[in-house]
Amino acid sequence: MSTQPQTDRLGHTGRVLAACRDAGRPALVGYLPVGHPDVATSVAAMTRITGTDERPGVDLVEIGMPYSDPVLDGLTIQTATTRALARGVRTRDVFTAVEAVAATGTPALVMIYWNLVEQYGVDAFCRDLASAGGAGLITPDLTPDEAGPWLAGSDAHDLDRVFLVAPSSTDQRLADTVAACRGWVYAASVMGVTGTRDQTSAAGRELVARLRAHDPETMVGVGLGVSNGAQAAEVGSYADAVIVGSALVRTLVDADDAGRPDDLSALEAVVDDLAAGVRSRTGAAGR
Amino acid sequence: MPDHPAPGRALPDATGHFDRFGGKFVPEALHAALGELEQAFTEASADPGFAAELDDLRRNYTGRPSPLTELTRFGATAGGVTVVAKREDLNHTGSHKINNVLGQALLARRMGKRRLIAETGAGQHGVATATAAALFGMDCTVYMGKVDTDRQALNVARMQLLGAEVVAVEAGSRTLKDAMNEAMRDWVASVDHTHYLIGTVAGPHPFPWLVREFQRVISTEARAQVLERYGRLPDVVAACVGGGSNAMGTFADFIDDADVQLYGFEAGGEGVDTDRHAATISGGGVGVLHGMRTYVLMDEDGQTRESHSISAGLDYPGVGPEHAWLADAGRARYRAVTDTDAMEALRTLTRTEGILPAIESAHALAGVQQLGREWAERGTGEPPLVLVCLSGRGDKDVTTAVSWFGLDGSADKTTGGHA
Repeated sequence: MSTQPQTDRLGHTGRVLAACRDAGRPALVGYLPVGHPDVATSVAAMTRITGTDERPGVDLVEIGMPYSDPVLDGLTIQTATTRALARGVRTRDVFTAVEAVAATGTPALVMIYWNLVEQYGVDAFCRDLASAGGAGLITPDLTPDEAGPWLAGSDAHDLDRVFLVAPSSTDQRLADTVAACRGWVYAASVMGVTGTRDQTSAAGRELVARLRAHDPETMVGVGLGVSNGAQAAEVGSYADAVIVGSALVRTLVDADDAGRPDDLSALEAVVDDLAAGVRSRTGAAGR
Repeated sequence: MPDHPAPGRALPDATGHFDRFGGKFVPEALHAALGELEQAFTEASADPGFAAELDDLRRNYTGRPSPLTELTRFGATAGGVTVVAKREDLNHTGSHKINNVLGQALLARRMGKRRLIAETGAGQHGVATATAAALFGMDCTVYMGKVDTDRQALNVARMQLLGAEVVAVEAGSRTLKDAMNEAMRDWVASVDHTHYLIGTVAGPHPFPWLVREFQRVISTEARAQVLERYGRLPDVVAACVGGGSNAMGTFADFIDDADVQLYGFEAGGEGVDTDRHAATISGGGVGVLHGMRTYVLMDEDGQTRESHSISAGLDYPGVGPEHAWLADAGRARYRAVTDTDAMEALRTLTRTEGILPAIESAHALAGVQQLGREWAERGTGEPPLVLVCLSGRGDKDVTTAVSWFGLDGSADKTTGGHA
């Protein structure tokens, strides 16, 4: 894999991380799946977390596409995506969500399991994502090893490609993955699936250090297990972006269970706490 | 026919592909473990000590070599062809599953893992894995869909007796595919001390390859046994296909024998033209599932569809990538057998030969009956010699058979006592 010029490597979303770094803080990335509690409400929730005049919100939205066999997802996200599928969410609904988020000015990445892209048609998916204003993809079960068509499609349609690395990744695989990414690298901070955890792990810090040792310019987002402002501040002290999913999804699952699926107030409260966390003094330590 | 490289031992290639099938579509967190497993298996394959240890277990624990039985009276119901069965049903734990499990458990021990995890549908692979864990003194967790723990309570109890922990999976469709997802999730978090013992020739590389190699013993023995007894190779080799491990084991040593026809019989459920079947090659499309590119039952978007078969062991919406490749290359042919035809073959074998087969294996038997009758209709030449893999015994299926055939467990008549 060839090394790309630095400007190209930042893509659409790496620039967002770089701008936050210049502002002395890590970026906040918020994940929500399309279709839970229903497509319209999920899209409303995604646009809501991009913030308002009074609330800073997230810097990037990660739009999840529900899948029947989500091997990297823990119980909370599974609950939401299983409901979304039962309620009829389709792959094409992702583009509706992307368009709505992009219209707010906050960039949107799509997190999607590979078979859904392949069945849509890789190039067609890239084309439709780009024309909806999407920034690129996060691919949980696609690594650079099998990514030939995606590398081509993302080049042709100017999309970011965020691959994951893990504490178990060998140095060679870290190097190959960094070389294949455009935008930033998603560092899974623990060996495990998505879900909130009481403590963030030392493995995340070590993994970021290994990435930096390999390439100091690489933009790194850290996810898995972050659920509150204090954890976001801690992770943000060594990462360029903090990724939060299950803690946001939990609020929507709880609201749905309580028969108030449209109630986004708990979601807003969690995002406020996280947004404050990445702006706190520890969070501002950056690099 | 597209121009393919020759099937056989040459595949998978170095990156785990059988032409366009196979590969590794898994989270990055698992790549290190898959690499470690591939290396350990490569080294073990070159180590005479490993082969000797496995051979000892096969002979003195499993009871290999398994016999070859000519099914004379059953053959008469299959157009008069000569049918010989490879008796994997006589293995310890009752099926071919033990061949793979012992191999992988030895490999896990060699890698210093102290815990085995497995997915299971009907419970056969779970029981086999729990057996190996007991034998080797390892911890064992078996994931099983909630639907399956409810309908296979006896096997849940067997696994628990063997010391395994059984986890009922409530996610998704709550069946085998979801059990596999859950095992994968466990493995992502436990990979430093745990081996995921996949039960079939499916999943990411190197599983389809190493499971095939551990099941190859079926065809290595059968080929020699047929040659010795009949002085020639079989004309047809047949097996049932769910994930496809008994079929890959039965095909493996015959793939290079160009004159031997290979047939895989998938679970046709209520019919491939309905949405209730598990015939992945006959009725699915090419997609990605459980770490591999293969044939998959899915909807228009690529969401996996629920499969259906009366046989829990074949009730899987994917299939091993080497079968996908053998089908594309035209080296093996795949047909679907309905629940009805399989159950009829189960009854026929039991009545004609005194052998109660697993419902899985009954699909292969029904397929052989079809092939034999087609030959008889053509009505020319010597009766072909058909080798069929009797992959498992049917003790576990008695409850299903009782309800299918409308038996109620009461005696046919009463005698003795007062007049």
